This record gives sequence, structure tokens and C-alpha cells, in this order.
Amino acid sequence: MAEHVPASLVIALGQRTVQSVRETGYLAALFIEALYWLALGRWRRQPVRLSAIVRESMHVGVSAIPIVALASFATGMMLAIQGIYTLRSFGAESQVVMGIALSVTREFAPLITGIFVAGRSGSAIAARIGTMQISQEIDALRVIGINPVRYLVSPLLAAMLLTLPALTVLATVLGLGGGALYCAWGLSLPPEVFFDRSFDVLTTTDLTHGLLKSTVFAVIVTLIGAGNGFNVKAGAEGVGRATTRAVVLGCIGIILADMVFTFLTSR
Amino acid sequence: MAAHDAAIEVEHLVAHYGSRKILDDVCFTAHQGEIMVIMGGSGSGKSTLLRHLLGLNHPTSGSIRLLGKDITRLDADQMYDLRKNMGVAFQGGALFNSMTVGENVELPLREHTRLDCNTIRIMSRMKLEVVNLSGFEDLMPAELSGGMIKRAALARAIVMDPRLLFFDEPSAGLDPVASAELDELILMLRDAMNMTIVVVTHELESAFKIADRITVLDHGRILMSDRAEAVRQSDHPRIRSLLDRTPRSDSVDPEAYLQRLTREIS
Ligand SMILES: Nc1ncnc2c1ncn2[C@@H]1O[C@H](COP(=O)(O)OP(=O)(O)O)[C@@H](O)[C@H]1O
Ligand SMILES: [Mg+2]
Repeated sequence: MAEHVPASLVIALGQRTVQSVRETGYLAALFIEALYWLALGRWRRQPVRLSAIVRESMHVGVSAIPIVALASFATGMMLAIQGIYTLRSFGAESQVVMGIALSVTREFAPLITGIFVAGRSGSAIAARIGTMQISQEIDALRVIGINPVRYLVSPLLAAMLLTLPALTVLATVLGLGGGALYCAWGLSLPPEVFFDRSFDVLTTTDLTHGLLKSTVFAVIVTLIGAGNGFNVKAGAEGVGRATTRAVVLGCIGIILADMVFTFLTSR
Repeated sequence: MAAHDAAIEVEHLVAHYGSRKILDDVCFTAHQGEIMVIMGGSGSGKSTLLRHLLGLNHPTSGSIRLLGKDITRLDADQMYDLRKNMGVAFQGGALFNSMTVGENVELPLREHTRLDCNTIRIMSRMKLEVVNLSGFEDLMPAELSGGMIKRAALARAIVMDPRLLFFDEPSAGLDPVASAELDELILMLRDAMNMTIVVVTHELESAFKIADRITVLDHGRILMSDRAEAVRQSDHPRIRSLLDRTPRSDSVDPEAYLQRLTREIS
């Protein structure tokens, strides 16, 4: 019973909990501050520049297109292969289109996009800000009078909020394309019939569901990447740890948020 | 000297990292247009003191007046205005690695002024000229040598023509020639632009070459803050041991020693 649990374990657990709560609080404050500069920076002499948002969008969004496209296309195809194989045992192959359409739009497109952007950009954000932290570039920003959150995080947050939903739309289309291609081959179902049936089952709610999720993922990836970068204390090793942490926590955060979101909206 | 002519006044500054006291009752004054060198062994708290002067850390108690304004009480807007009058060259340069040398030097102008691009470019080139880096504006920081990085950082620090200039360890990691060149530059800036310059260093030779006044820091306390000549002639044992480079021979206080050993355990 309780007295058999070693005290050190309880203490360690307690410290972990306190630490997580503190970190969550820190990320929440970072989020509010980044939004604050986006909304009011212009009037507080800390403008978030459009050119910075465009530059970040290229980094986190546009250059992620090939990998997200490939991954979502392959996922759509995988769903078709698996679906046809499973449903064939019930003689219900024709239902596969509905399965692919719904799961790609509501689940897989936002999830795959989020995970890939977390892997590509979450680590890059943490590495960039972490390196700036240890080389005193963050301090240099502050003494010049540039708020580091306004300069580094706000443009990134805006870029993520713009590009992640766009990437998710792309991933949806290509995921459906992958499914259509395999169905054309495996079920001799013409692609236009595949898409017709898909659009019959899909509602705008399904699409907005996926897009809403992608905005949540955008916030998670940005904050976890930037937060870990700012908290780098010492040396190259610290930067390495921060990048790993940014990717792992980013992916976990996305999956947990997905679970909660799906639970709340699918009842 | 008259009080109004003080550019930097630090009074009873106390600072902690966690529960460790790093600065203890630090007081000193630097006057307009003079070079104040903050000297001390490594770990004595020089960088910590500098971070407080720059408003990067908040003190536990005490006040720091820069150009007559107590920075421990300023709000963000007032601090922003004051920062236009402060330039800082960090120890490692802290140039932004994703920008060219020229863009680094231009950044303060872009943030603080509404000048057009060409004017900004010309002004930043003038400052690069001052530090003997003209023609290097299109290089990336990674392509510069150690001495060039420090000079580029200096150019960025003075691009707004600040009244206060802070320089952390200008000679650290440089060969004697490069470090002598930097000393000359610092002297020239004081004479030509009448800047008040605070230099943090542990290099004795360079300290005495440039200093008008020297503040000696030891274990977070001020041992002495006076004209360079007076410091050179001081017979304070810790200052002598710093100047003569003899190892410290503090007598061990058994009580304090025991407390240090057992502090973290309880
Ligand atoms: N970020 C920090 N967190 C905790 N302790 C620190 C930190 N920075 C410096 N210290 C401690 O403060 C003391 C003074 O350090 P510092 O101001 O860097 O000295 P100096 O620049 O004179 O070498 C040292 O004992 C150092 O260990
Ligand atoms: Mg130091």
C-alpha cells in the first residue's frame, strides 16, 4: 500500500508534476505574449513585420510541401489497401470509399501534417532559438530594444497558423488521391466515381474539423519549439537536448490534443 | 565632480542567482565621457554586474541610474527610449548569425529610426569604416575572425551614436595585436564621440591602458573604485594580488568552510 511506495518515487513524481505545470504555464504565457504582439505590437513600437511572416511561411510551410504531399498520398493508398483487404472478408469493399474519405479528412491529413511539421520545424525552431540563447543573441536583441518574443515567436506563430491549415488541405486532397488511385486499380473504380462518392459523404463539418485541429497543432508545435529553445541554459549539448525534446513533446502534444479534440467533437 | 555629470550611478546593488548572493552592496559612479573599467578575477561577478547595468537582470535591491534614470523603476516604454542611448558589445560578439555583417549593423537603425534604406546603409557603412571593416558588410559572421567579430559587434553597438557604451571582455580570446587595436578604438570613441564607456575585463595591461577609472570587484563586492593611478598604487592585499598575479591566499574561516560544505544538505 501507500507505505510500500518508496518516498523518493513520490518526491520524484511530485517534482515532475510541479515542473510540468510550471512549463505549461510558461508556454501559455508565451502564447499570450506572441498573440499580444501580433495584435498590438504596431502600437507598442514592436511591430510584427509582414516580411518576417512571409519568410517564416516559406520555411515552415512551402518547403514542407513535398514531404507532406508524399506522406499523405502514401497514407491514402495504405488506407485503401488495408480497407479493401479488411472489408473484402465482409464482402463490403464498396464501403471503402466512405472509410477513406472520412478518416483522411478528419484524422489523417491533419495528423500527418502536424507530425511532419513538428519533426521538421519544431526541432529547427528549438535549435535556432537555443543557439541564439547561448550565443547571447537573445540578449543582444533585448539591449537593442527588440522584444525577442515579438521578433522570433510572433511571426512564426502567424506563419504556422496560416500554412498548417493550407498544408492540411493539400494533404486531404492528396490522401484522397492516393486512395482513389489504389481503388482504381484494386476495385476498378474510376477516380471520378471515387471523388463523387467522397464528396457525397463528406460535409463541411468534416473539413472544418480537420482544419480546426491543424490550427491547434500549429500552436502546439510553435510553442513547444520556441519554449524549449528559450530555456536552453548551457552549451551545444543543451541545444541538442532542446531539439530532441521539441520533437518528442511536439508529437506527443499533437497526438494527445488530437485525442481530446476527437473525443469532444465525435460524441 | 558635480553630480549632474554622472552618467552611471550604482547604489547598494544586491543581486542573487537563486539563493546565492552574487553582488553585495555594489556602489560606484562613472562620469560622462570617461572610460570605467570593471576589473576582477573570474567568477567575481563582473558579467553579472554588467547584465544588471544593461537591464537584462533585475536586482534584489539597490538602484542603477543611467543618464539620470533609475532603470530598476522604468516601464517598458521608458526603457525602450533609454536603450537608444545604450550600445553593447557582448563578449562573443553576439552577431545575428542569419544576417550579414551589414544587416547586423543596420538592425538598430531599422528598429529605432524611420530613415530610408539608403541612408541606413550609408550610416552603417560609416560605422564599419570606423572599426576598419569597410568592404566586409556582405560577409556572414561565420566568415569573420575573432577580432573582426568583436569589431563588427562594436560597429553595431555604436551605430545609434549612443551616449553609453558597454563592452564585455574586449580582449578575451584575441591575439595581442588585435586586442591592442581594440583598445585604440575604445580610446578613440571616447575622444571623438565623448561616450561614457564601461569595459569589463580581467586583462590588466589593457585595463590600465584605457581606464580613466577602475572598479575592482572581488567575490561580488567592490574593493575599490577610483582613478586608474590610485588603483595602481593601492596597497590593499587583494588588489595587489590581482595586480601582481599572485595566487590568492585567503585565510580559511573554519566556520564558513563547514557551512559551505553542508549548505546543500539538510
Ligand atoms: N546564470 C547563472 N546562474 C547561476 N549562477 C551564475 C549564473 N551566471 C553566473 N553565475 C555565478 O555567478 C558568479 C559570478 O559570475 P560572473 O558574473 O559570470 O563572473 P565573472 O564575469 O566575473 O567571471 C559565479 O560564481 C557564477 O558561477
Ligand atoms: Mg564574465
